[in-house]
Amino acid sequence: MAQPAKTLRETPSQTAGPYVHIGCVPSYAGLDGIYPGDLGQYPISQGARGELIEIVGSVFDGAGCPMHDVLLESWQADAAGIFPGLPSADPAVSGFGRFAVSLDSSEFKLKTVKPGRVAMRDRRVQAPHIALWIMARGINLALATRLYFPDEDNRGDPLLSRIEQPARAETLIAQPVQKGRYRFDIRIQGPDETVFLDI
Amino acid sequence: MTSAYDAAPLIPRDRAAHPVAHDVEYKSSVSRSPTMPLLSLDSTPTEETGPKFGHGLIGALDNNLILNWSKGAASAIGERILVHGRVLDETGRPVPNSLIEIWQANAGGRYRHLKDTYLAPLDPNFGGCGRTLTDSEGRYEFMTVRPGAYPWPNRENDWRPMHIHFSLFGHAFGQRLITQMYFEGDPLIERCPIVATIKDRGQIDRLVAPLDIAASKPLDHLAYKFDIVLRGRHQTHFENRPEGM
Repeated sequence: MAQPAKTLRETPSQTAGPYVHIGCVPSYAGLDGIYPGDLGQYPISQGARGELIEIVGSVFDGAGCPMHDVLLESWQADAAGIFPGLPSADPAVSGFGRFAVSLDSSEFKLKTVKPGRVAMRDRRVQAPHIALWIMARGINLALATRLYFPDEDNRGDPLLSRIEQPARAETLIAQPVQKGRYRFDIRIQGPDETVFLDI
Repeated sequence: MTSAYDAAPLIPRDRAAHPVAHDVEYKSSVSRSPTMPLLSLDSTPTEETGPKFGHGLIGALDNNLILNWSKGAASAIGERILVHGRVLDETGRPVPNSLIEIWQANAGGRYRHLKDTYLAPLDPNFGGCGRTLTDSEGRYEFMTVRPGAYPWPNRENDWRPMHIHFSLFGHAFGQRLITQMYFEGDPLIERCPIVATIKDRGQIDRLVAPLDIAASKPLDHLAYKFDIVLRGRHQTHFENRPEGM
């Protein structure tokens, strides 16, 4: 037997379950009044620099049905490509969004500013993107993915260029609806299965 | 303040420490699990940074689920417990000032949620969510009532063991974790198909909080200890390297 490795093991995940809203977006579950408001309701505040955008979409299960109980989180840089909390970041961008799909339409909506290009440690540059984290009943470890924009130069993005089948990279690029408005559908299985990340 | 450009990369996630995505015994997972391999990449500033939450966010009763729904006017029904522990990362360092959110059923096994229609009644003095920040050593605590077990539609007679849902942020979006805490001695743990999505027996045990009699308070409450480990970062020699090395 060798000595044990010096690192601890990560605590295992468990599904967020159908009642994730109680803990994460209590107003949505009907628990108004415990907190002043749901966390992540607004990833930006008044005066955020950059282009205001709106992203609408649905999450589809393997049977092609839109999921009604899914909760998503987003994390992004400001319009200059600087993450909140870092020096010179836009103070009006918290960067963190949380949004459940609506019970009637099965669609989520994210209103934010378009993020800028982000430099990496090795000076390569990532195309503008929003990180997404998807929780629901039946998802044992939340699914990570990214949304990229159809009207940006995505060539050379270190993540997109690592996708083995170029057609699959398209699953990470939002569809244009009109100026500043995009659609981003997430498919957990099927021929257009979204690329999910281990990152 | 750290800049993303010199923050150390995250240690890649050990997927074997986690449940499998697809498990026929947990039926909802079958159509909600990707079939293509995940795209594995080193972390980037996107995963190495994350939302920060300050003490201004947290109200005085936010970590007391016995009192927070009634705003202190009346106590929730149930077995009074203290749940406490530490949040560390894989390198053993405490994770200070990080947000923990919890949610749970009431003592009868009923959630206060539009979609829960179980027979057990709602408790007018129990909401079922709470939150807190870890202290400078990664410690946290909640006062709550022990949640009840409840049946759920899966196989013909499945019951969830008593559990509390935990959501943790750490300091980086790539450290984000949602899990569930179970209670030592609950015989339903062995029968639960959601627990059984974790294939490593030792990892299941990590989710079972022992009774911590030393932290209980005589004539007041019992205590359970639940320590949590989040993803860590590579050690500091990465941080001092010039960019691109």
